[in-house]
Amino acid sequence: MAAQSLREKFIQDFLTDRRWHFITDGLKTTLIVTVLALLIGIMIGIVVGIIRCAHDQQKGDLRGAGGIILRVLNLVCRAYVTVIRGTPALVQLLIMYFVILVSSRSKVFVAVLTFGINSGAYVAEVFRGGIMSIDKGQMEAGRSVGLTYVQTMTNIILPQAFKACLPALVNEFIALLKETSICGYIGLNELTRGGDIIRGTTFDAMLPLFAVALIYLAMVMIITYFMGILERRLRRSDIR
Amino acid sequence: MKKKIALALAGLMMLGLVGCAAAPAAAPAAAPAAAEETEEAAEEAEEAAEAVEEAVEEVAEEAAAEDAEGFTTVQEGYLTMGTNAYFPPYEFYEGDSIVGIDAEIAAAIAEKLGLELKIEDMEFDSIITAVTTGKVDMGLAGMTVTEDRKKNVNFSESYATGVQVVIVPEDSDIASIDDLEGKMIGVQLGTTGDIYCSGDYGEENVEQFNKGNDAVMALMTGKVDCVVIDNEPAKSYVAANEGLKILDTEYVVEEYAAAISKENEPLLAAIDAALAELKADGTLDAIVAKYIPAEAE
Repeated sequence: MAAQSLREKFIQDFLTDRRWHFITDGLKTTLIVTVLALLIGIMIGIVVGIIRCAHDQQKGDLRGAGGIILRVLNLVCRAYVTVIRGTPALVQLLIMYFVILVSSRSKVFVAVLTFGINSGAYVAEVFRGGIMSIDKGQMEAGRSVGLTYVQTMTNIILPQAFKACLPALVNEFIALLKETSICGYIGLNELTRGGDIIRGTTFDAMLPLFAVALIYLAMVMIITYFMGILERRLRRSDIR
Repeated sequence: MKKKIALALAGLMMLGLVGCAAAPAAAPAAAPAAAEETEEAAEEAEEAAEAVEEAVEEVAEEAAAEDAEGFTTVQEGYLTMGTNAYFPPYEFYEGDSIVGIDAEIAAAIAEKLGLELKIEDMEFDSIITAVTTGKVDMGLAGMTVTEDRKKNVNFSESYATGVQVVIVPEDSDIASIDDLEGKMIGVQLGTTGDIYCSGDYGEENVEQFNKGNDAVMALMTGKVDCVVIDNEPAKSYVAANEGLKILDTEYVVEEYAAAISKENEPLLAAIDAALAELKADGTLDAIVAKYIPAEAE
């Protein structure tokens, strides 16, 4: 084993039997899971984040049936965030696979759903932070020129809030991408497991692991690059 | 039709996800802001449901029709087998596909039952859970029949004999299994090697790895002093890694069998019948001989 040169190892790890396939197929699965989970996560996050904010900001005048419903919704959303943030994603994944979605044959589906729900809790807090960070005066100004609460929210508060929470959102996106590496536990062949399969077949740990690490790094750098462009674009209106 | 049902189900799940959404939409006056946003979100959810359509294609074929022989499988027309494909020569990757003694036996059984074989690769300690929760029809992974496992699943007739052996570095001071006391022993999590060693030498002296290969790699780098694992994979490991040897003394002799859900007695009977036929016509021996050279027997 010691006699094997790096070149031979490379050939054995990636070229023999088209083993690079495990890496590329894994990468595809990782990307599918991450992107779909992020979409679900953002959807849940927006809804939960807004409910939480609507409740907290209107605390004073929560009267009547509307107030009660909002209170109940707020409680549900708080419970959701607490439970999801309070348990490891791996445990959630195993529960989803072995207990809740027992009949599901698609591991990708289980993974997308788990990470979507998981990510939703974090995104909700990110959005809440973004909305809360907008000065109270913005809402007061909107209402005093005759806009309704909803109009003020969608036209004035949310656009500013989105810009404010973008860095944190990118952070969540990156964390999600890397977190999907635990899917190997339910036997989903994503990127990390692709490298693992090669490691299991060739008994070489270094090259497959480095290859996997490099691909994650490259993906994160690409995401960061595009988010940088988006952020600069959004900041244009800041210059007055 | 099934696809449509699956899709609808997926859509429902998505809607359930934004469960917070449904309620305010019904009472818009309550929280106008939330209501409008949530309606949009609900629509988006439906779109997303379509987006995961591909992923859901294989969802829940629970309603698998009764077969002529009276047994059902997890997925209609398929015999799904759970295994851990790092266990040569019983199961291992060759290119993109999983091959080996277990894989071929399973294929032969599936043929007898008129089904197509599907192999799911998973961690060894997940296989029994996968069988009991109905993720796979049978576990075939060089799995030894033990009392604890029998409590959870049914076992078929044994189709092979396994021997637990000890792998050590060539210059090791471990000469027989009597020397294992106080050494760090590497095993694969949930295997019989793990069960015996944890019982015999104490859990603090046993290091459990997800794969047999990981245990052998730990042995190569000196993280453990020896590895206790089944004889045949041990030979493959020693052949693939220089400087390792197998101790002559056998640790435990045991029987391999297929694990089948307790709720699926008809399938157990069908698999047993198929195994008996394969034994009788020599197919079983031919498969084993193909992977294990005669002199090694």
